[in-house]
Amino acid sequence: MSGEEFVPLSLTPLLIGMFAAVACALPGNFLVLRRQALIGDAISHVVLPGIVVAFLVTGTISAWPMMIGAAGASLVAVALIEAIRKLGKIEPGAAMGVTFTAMFAAGVLLLEQSDTSAVHLDVEHALYGNLESLIWLDAVGWDSLWDPVALAGLPVELPRIALTLVAVIAFVWILWRPLKLSTFDEGFAQTMGLRTGPLGLALVVVAAIAAVAAFDAVGSIIVIAMFICPPAAARLMTNRLEMQIAWSVIFAILAAVLGYVIAGYGPLWVGSDHAVSAAGMIATISGLILAIAAVAAPCRTRTGAPVE
Amino acid sequence: MLELARMDGLAAQAQSLEQSPLSVRGMTVSYGQKPAVFSVDMTVVEGSMTAIIGPNGAGKSTLLKAALGVIKPLAGRAMVHGKPLNGQRHRIAYVPQRASVDWDFPTRVIDVVLMGLYRELGLLRRIKVVHMNKAMACLDRVGMSDFADRQIGQLSGGQQQRVFLARALAQGADLYLLDEPFAGVDAATEKAIIDVLKGLKAAGKTVVAVHHDLATVRDYFDRVFLINTRKVAEGPVETTFTAENLNLAYGGRLAMAQIDQLELAAG
Amino acid sequence: MLFDALLLQLGYNATLVTIGAAFLGVSAGVTGTFLFLRKRALVSDAISHATLPGVGIAFMVMVALGGDGRSLPGLLLGSAVSAWVGLLCVNWLTRKTRLAEDAAIGAVLSVFFGFGIVLLTIIQTMSAGRQAGLESFLLGSTAGMLWNDAIVIAGGGVATLAVVLALRRPMGLVAFDPEFASASGLNVARIDLAIMGLAMAVTVVGLKIVGLILIVAMLIIPPVAARFWTDRTDQVVVLSGIFGGASGYVGAALSASAPALPTGPIIVLVSFTVFAMSLFFAPGRGVLAAALRHRRFQRRVHMRQGLLALAQGQPIYERFTLSLLRRAGLAHADGVVTETGRARAAKALRDEKRWELVRADQALEGAAALYDGMRELETVLTADQIAEIDRRIGGPKEIGV
Repeated sequence: MSGEEFVPLSLTPLLIGMFAAVACALPGNFLVLRRQALIGDAISHVVLPGIVVAFLVTGTISAWPMMIGAAGASLVAVALIEAIRKLGKIEPGAAMGVTFTAMFAAGVLLLEQSDTSAVHLDVEHALYGNLESLIWLDAVGWDSLWDPVALAGLPVELPRIALTLVAVIAFVWILWRPLKLSTFDEGFAQTMGLRTGPLGLALVVVAAIAAVAAFDAVGSIIVIAMFICPPAAARLMTNRLEMQIAWSVIFAILAAVLGYVIAGYGPLWVGSDHAVSAAGMIATISGLILAIAAVAAPCRTRTGAPVE
Repeated sequence: MLELARMDGLAAQAQSLEQSPLSVRGMTVSYGQKPAVFSVDMTVVEGSMTAIIGPNGAGKSTLLKAALGVIKPLAGRAMVHGKPLNGQRHRIAYVPQRASVDWDFPTRVIDVVLMGLYRELGLLRRIKVVHMNKAMACLDRVGMSDFADRQIGQLSGGQQQRVFLARALAQGADLYLLDEPFAGVDAATEKAIIDVLKGLKAAGKTVVAVHHDLATVRDYFDRVFLINTRKVAEGPVETTFTAENLNLAYGGRLAMAQIDQLELAAG
Repeated sequence: MLFDALLLQLGYNATLVTIGAAFLGVSAGVTGTFLFLRKRALVSDAISHATLPGVGIAFMVMVALGGDGRSLPGLLLGSAVSAWVGLLCVNWLTRKTRLAEDAAIGAVLSVFFGFGIVLLTIIQTMSAGRQAGLESFLLGSTAGMLWNDAIVIAGGGVATLAVVLALRRPMGLVAFDPEFASASGLNVARIDLAIMGLAMAVTVVGLKIVGLILIVAMLIIPPVAARFWTDRTDQVVVLSGIFGGASGYVGAALSASAPALPTGPIIVLVSFTVFAMSLFFAPGRGVLAAALRHRRFQRRVHMRQGLLALAQGQPIYERFTLSLLRRAGLAHADGVVTETGRARAAKALRDEKRWELVRADQALEGAAALYDGMRELETVLTADQIAEIDRRIGGPKEIGV
């Protein structure tokens, strides 16, 4: 495909998809190892009430209020889950189930009750985003990458998710040792004076920020899939955390690229002229990668002394 | 006898707090409405090897964790050389129960030992040869240097325990707190661990271990701390590890015949 | 309008849906209790999300066979099959790989759901698919429901409930004590499968009313709410059924009474309200009761420790302890014991000494096991026994202050 077609129509959605996938997969590694994989599930559900409230408060559908609303909703959800878990001595899975379904229900109800007909805000969009529409109309070819005028017309989602990705990488990079230590052995980390509570919360907040930024561009499905599938598949590839992170990034990028391409061009290959949902396809591909890893990856089963 | 034990406890308390590498005062920890540890005072004597003993569920591990701030006590405080724990943590090394972590975690033996150097390495300092050498030396002391590159999930229970001990050695502390270090390990590991601990004592360090095997108390330790929710007794093995005190700590649960077998010093 | 709805006066369809939702709520509440007690509440989330590809495939198959594609029984059958496949995937991943169950659940739910969305976008491009309205399965929709569909839902609700009631004994045994259940000849694996099968049936029947994203709430929230009120499994089951049924009934009726009140979210929010009330106000496990109890308990601990310290002439380190003693008139601000304090402290120390003897005496082992530092000796021993212990201690003068 020539640059004239590729750059304006496919480059930006591809980049956004890749960045979103990696931004979610990075914190996802720690969530999976901490047995908190479903926190990602909970976060992605409560993003909806967050943006609906933000819309009702500001009356506009601009990015920052919605991001703040969604991030706020994630924090509320995490606080609620913790409160229910601790106060009611309820197992974490059930506490999450109670919290995110109730908040999602509230979001849907608010949405139905408010007049959002004038704006593009609906549940389907929240679920599977609209990656395909994030095109760069000002671009005419590869040269546009150096053209300030054309660059000004980039979809705003791209710099936003890129910035988020940088922040996520910085977080994991700087706090690598505390994260690893407290994920492996929380009690020991505490005796060293590490504040594991705030650290765990920071991890969830970073996951929420990644989820919100990604959600804005690609919807919640990719978010859940990318939190869990690439890290889970990566865990089956290696027994070293550093390598696991690397594999998860590779798998996330692979899923994003393959998913986007197959969603866009797959139907053409089988003779249909309609593309299918890119977000759904990216999630599907990430599942296929996990399936392959689960039957063939080198480190897929447990070894060593059973834990009594 | 009761009075003797109490007097010994008071004598230990009289040792100035500044001297004691770990002292606990009025510690009460409760899970729900039943205290697991009630109003316990403990004064660890510098340079000693102390066994914390008591029946199952007597609060041995709970006391240790509360003293380290891993669980929050309902009342009480722990001090290191008379100062608050925070700020003195570098003087303490900790070996948690082996079963307290997920050994399926994707990491190697050497990485676990390097975790003990966290205080030196900080957030971003690079791991240099000197750090690697230090970690390898610690592995060597527990006889595990051949396993440095092994995935931790492939270790046997005894090997896991030795890796944990190596990590504590890497912390380079004055006081070593171990939670059931001999639970479910093979004889070779038990010997290796006790040799390391005795080496620490010889080097002037202090060792405190939650221990469950009464038969080895006499061989391994020089002080005992008996607990059953409340402190029962605290003092040198010769005067404190007695039939009366064991009976107090274990109640009827420890048959007299068993106590006799331990060849206790005359009360 | 609301009263009409609650009294089932809003037409046949609304009535059928309300009744169906109530039956569904009861079965979901009961089934959910077993899931919850087995600590597998969120497996239902994987099950429900995994229904979506089945709905899409069933539609395509029915269209390909020349049918309408929108036939509710057909779609529900498809959803059941793919939910089952999803469940098998969760089980397989957990057993055969090193992944933990939460990761398996998350992977299955996101991937199946993503694949379902892909199928939905394909269906939208099919000529028969434009008006398929399959999106209504995401959030449920009872508006414009056909009489036949309402019958399917009401019938499904009744049938599920019947199976739940028939299997409640073995499921209760397995949920409460799997080892005992296994020892008494029950096939635990098969009953676990039955619990999952019922969760799936609830999901499938509830798909059209509540939608696949929120149906898990009907399985999770009522048992969690019920758990606050009682510690007995059989009572949790009954309460959860009642909570679920009431939420389904009230929710569906409320939603029928006004426009823009979608059924699924309303049912979930009603049930969440029940949960929130339980969380705060339930006696015993509720937050308010627990907080009060904890405060009282903490005071008792500090008071007792303070008295013992006074009795043994030890310094009191904790400010809270001292202020409690001071307010009770047992010590002065500088920690010096008062006259009343002296007497109380002596009594506390004496109790401690009595306990020591009790715990050393094998004959009193039963009483000794109850020792926790707080319990009054009078509550576990008779006056005669205490007198006997006092005799062994000797005169009270031995306890010096």
